[in-house]
Amino acid sequence: MSIYHEEETPKRVYDRRLAKKLLKYLAPYRWVVLMSVILLTVASSLRLVGPLLTEIVIDKHIKNGDFHGLVQICQLFLLVLVVQFAVSFVQTYLTNWTGQKIMHDLRVEIFSHIQQLHLGYFDRMPVGRLITRVTTDVDVLNELFTSGVVNIVGDLVSLVGIVAIMLWLDWRLALVCFSVIPLLFIATLVFKAKVRGFYRRVRAAIARINAFLQENITGMSVVQLFVQEERKLEEFDVRNREHRDANVASILYYAIYYPVISLIGALSIALIVWYGGLRTLEGTITLGVLVAFIQYTDRFYKPISDLSEKFNILQSAMASSERIFSLLETPSEINTPASPHYLERVRGSLEFRNVWFSYRRDVPVLKNVSFTVSPGEKVAIVGATGSGKSTLINLLSRFYDVDRGKVLVDGVDVRDLSLDQLRQNIAVVLQDVFLFSGSVEENLRLWDRPVSQTELEWATQQVQAHPFIRALPEGYSTPVTERGTSLSAGQRQLLAFARALVHDPKILVLDEATSSIDTETELLLQEAVERLMENHTSLIVAHRLSTIQHCDRIVVLHKGEIREEGTHEELLKEEGIYYRLYQLEYRNRVEVEV
Amino acid sequence: MVLLTNMAAVLSPWILRAAINHFQSEDLEMKLVLVYAGLIVVSSFVEGIFRFLMRRILIGVSRHIEYHLRNDLFAHLQTLSASFYQRNSTGDLMARATSDLAAVRAVLGPGIMYSINTFFTSVIVISILISISPYLAALTLSPLLAVSICVKYFGKLIHVRFQRIQEQFSRITTLVQENVSGIRVVKAYNQENAFIRRFRSSNDEYVRRSLSLVRIWGLFQPLLTLLLGSSLLGLFWLGGQQVMDGAITLGDFVAFIAYLAMLTWPTIALGYVVNIFERGSASMGRLCELFDSIPDVDDRLAEPAEVPLKGSIEVRNLSFAYNGTPVLSDISFDVAAGQTVALVGRTGSGKSTIANLLCRLRQAPHNTIFIGGRDINTIPLSVLRRHIGYAPQETFLFSDTVAGNIAFGRPAADRREVRAAAKVSNILGEIEEFPEQFDTFVGERGITLSGGQRQRLAISRALFTNPRILILDDSLSAVDTQTEERILGELASEIAHRTAFLISHRISTIRAADKILVLEQGRLVESGSHEELIAYGGPYAELYEKQLLREQLNIE
Repeated sequence: MSIYHEEETPKRVYDRRLAKKLLKYLAPYRWVVLMSVILLTVASSLRLVGPLLTEIVIDKHIKNGDFHGLVQICQLFLLVLVVQFAVSFVQTYLTNWTGQKIMHDLRVEIFSHIQQLHLGYFDRMPVGRLITRVTTDVDVLNELFTSGVVNIVGDLVSLVGIVAIMLWLDWRLALVCFSVIPLLFIATLVFKAKVRGFYRRVRAAIARINAFLQENITGMSVVQLFVQEERKLEEFDVRNREHRDANVASILYYAIYYPVISLIGALSIALIVWYGGLRTLEGTITLGVLVAFIQYTDRFYKPISDLSEKFNILQSAMASSERIFSLLETPSEINTPASPHYLERVRGSLEFRNVWFSYRRDVPVLKNVSFTVSPGEKVAIVGATGSGKSTLINLLSRFYDVDRGKVLVDGVDVRDLSLDQLRQNIAVVLQDVFLFSGSVEENLRLWDRPVSQTELEWATQQVQAHPFIRALPEGYSTPVTERGTSLSAGQRQLLAFARALVHDPKILVLDEATSSIDTETELLLQEAVERLMENHTSLIVAHRLSTIQHCDRIVVLHKGEIREEGTHEELLKEEGIYYRLYQLEYRNRVEVEV
Repeated sequence: MVLLTNMAAVLSPWILRAAINHFQSEDLEMKLVLVYAGLIVVSSFVEGIFRFLMRRILIGVSRHIEYHLRNDLFAHLQTLSASFYQRNSTGDLMARATSDLAAVRAVLGPGIMYSINTFFTSVIVISILISISPYLAALTLSPLLAVSICVKYFGKLIHVRFQRIQEQFSRITTLVQENVSGIRVVKAYNQENAFIRRFRSSNDEYVRRSLSLVRIWGLFQPLLTLLLGSSLLGLFWLGGQQVMDGAITLGDFVAFIAYLAMLTWPTIALGYVVNIFERGSASMGRLCELFDSIPDVDDRLAEPAEVPLKGSIEVRNLSFAYNGTPVLSDISFDVAAGQTVALVGRTGSGKSTIANLLCRLRQAPHNTIFIGGRDINTIPLSVLRRHIGYAPQETFLFSDTVAGNIAFGRPAADRREVRAAAKVSNILGEIEEFPEQFDTFVGERGITLSGGQRQRLAISRALFTNPRILILDDSLSAVDTQTEERILGELASEIAHRTAFLISHRISTIRAADKILVLEQGRLVESGSHEELIAYGGPYAELYEKQLLREQLNIE
């Protein structure tokens, strides 16, 4: 079982701190909320008019044969019905409108916050879990608002109204009727205590199912290739079963609770019949009052059993909001400083000054690394896998911050620059080419600023991507999916190159980017990259020495330390690591020639 | 049982009616009142027991069905091939497996329970009303006829609008999923704000679509209440008149009111039921789309195979196209069992497609690929894939331990074997430096590992099942020359007794192969050993020259 699958769950059902934060999202819509509460109060009150009119109809008009009065009451009732209809509609719409707005605000806020978070956060957080935050968790909060908070107000109005009217009609009968209320409280408390844990279990199970699906849908071909479908189905079954069991276990309590509430309701009707019957015998109570009481009792228990339904919503909403807020409160460890240093013109000089870095505590990846790159200079970094080459790039783009030392661009610590300015001036081509679903064109220009067709085609021509894009069924508008449709890995890499060019950076960073391209394409690309490098400061991480032939300087990284530095010739003379790496490739060639 | 439950439910008003009728007569006694009160409680108790059982059974069953449906869905997803996963985004599939499935579950549980209750309560109440006064019943129930028209009309609208909401929900899920998966690119290119804008507009659309449903829904529920209210209104008016005329008793009138009130809950429930059903059927439609997608790679033609398969491979006049774009045309070649074959060619020349066809991640035309002399399409998929070890170009690792990832194809293996496999791909040393060695957790996308380390884990994983055929698709591209050299050395003995396919751009990787196949734009342009091809002076020799030239340049 994965370490990611531990879903944190809140300790308490209702948390004042959380409620306060949630209220903040209500604030912009307080007038609309107030309006819908008022409308709801009106609607709830109107709903109480029916039984009262019944009492009047029976006791005053029918018994006395007052047809004119009956017609009047009927007209009044019709008016009540129509108003109630209109008010209910407007209130429902306003409530849902507000709910949707709040949900929208919250989603955008969570999503924006995710954008700001430092990369290290994503290393630990499964994609599926973040999706759950933005989608289902927010939905639960919407439900809290639309059928929870506002309706609770309506229910309370109903309850208070009913109690008041019953007391007004006949206080003694009312008190007899209310005598069962303590039973109601006990039943609800017991139910609350029993059902509490299940909601957490269900939410946690859903998050586990999501995380599992995300991972296994992405890696489905690997599952199929290794014929592990059965095992994966079993693993899925475990998560799915837990979800079902948590739900099924909670049914028992619901199945007991609801009938118990009805039984208590029946008990109070029985009390009305018994006590009301006595009073009727005495002649101190009218039939109309008795009938009205019975109708009110019915309406009294409905909101109460509803309230316990609301309690569920509240419970899961608290669980969801706890998780949402813990995400929102996770500070980004990498931010633009409050007053960033602004570079008027970026010249493109780079410096790593005594840089130390580790992803995991006590496992340093870079140890006291120092080197400089002057504007327009091309520097290659070579070294064995895991020597820390890619990490240099992560630090330069500030995906991570150094532990000690400094990374400087134009003499300014990258931590003093705004992230926008820094990243605008650095174009990175990463090992993994990630394409977004959209067209080829969208993947090149991305979404932040207009790029003319000429600029676009210039870039694709530079990297030799133009011919293959033109050959695609719909050219530049060919749709690309997440997993890259029919583009080969090499073609995707070409797109990544073009993408970097479109964004016209001062500093160009290539991370092992040429690894999946065949020699011929690579040669073509090489030319373009060379031309490109003439106007840019370039930092290239490469595995093959052939890729770096035109670099001004080579930095050899070994186990996180710079071991050699200099031009190709100088390094060969040193007869160190670079020399040995070179020998290796050279030997292959010689053997063939012999 | 449902019938019993609802009969029990109607019992209490029945008693109430008798009681009220009695209250008006003069011979009312204390005892009788108590009997009535007692009967009400008892009937409610009986009703409660039935309701308890009904909820447990119906809702419980719906949870079980949901569980089976979700398992079936995942099992079905496992049968679908690469082309399906290219068309459908992960986010959309996830939305269907959770949110849509929940909507379907709601139909099976609460939906059915409420509709049964609604139906029986209505039938019983209406028949009692008719038994009291057919005339009054007809008059008061006529507004309720309008209910069925409403249900039909609104039901359709709700269905369509809900479907549109779910589609938008899928879009949002997909956007988030892609954004988070590609967060490095998003950040590297300063696309955060652009994505927030896109997300916001997707959400605006979601709000619009949701509110269009709310407009219908907000109208529907109050309308039902209005119709029910007008029934009561009709009862006051006409029933009141009848009581005054002495056509019915006051007790009947009161009972009528009480029974009509019993229809309040079913009417409200009817609204819910319509909502649940329409949402559910819209979601069910989306689920059916998934269930109906037929795997293009399947076992329909499978015939029992002799195990183990022989490792010889024959490709005869193979042509292949992705969505109409030809990728391979008329390829033929033979590989004897135990031979090592290298595939060389430009980007997009079709090398990986051949690898995908060999392990049937994609469906080859019939009678074009033969393994051990048999058409690949007649070999059961599981048999075929157990014979092939494949390290794909893009390495996917599971969030599991290092050992778990290596032993992925054969989980019940001991640590010694795992170590041996790690040694072959030259990653043992690095694993031993990890904090928990083989038990170190690999992040969701293997993020704590470098590209080269991931590739090497994938090689170990491919070798671990001891396959007859090994395919390494550009598996050493992110590895430095020194490490590559060592891995090739170790691999030599592993490859000796297997049929092996090596896909690479590097001559150093492939020159030892028994046979080199050179592809150009989906065509096989030449094949032969390294020496033969060099001597021949074709495209391969040219390619080789270019690599040499570059090294030459390197020296100067």
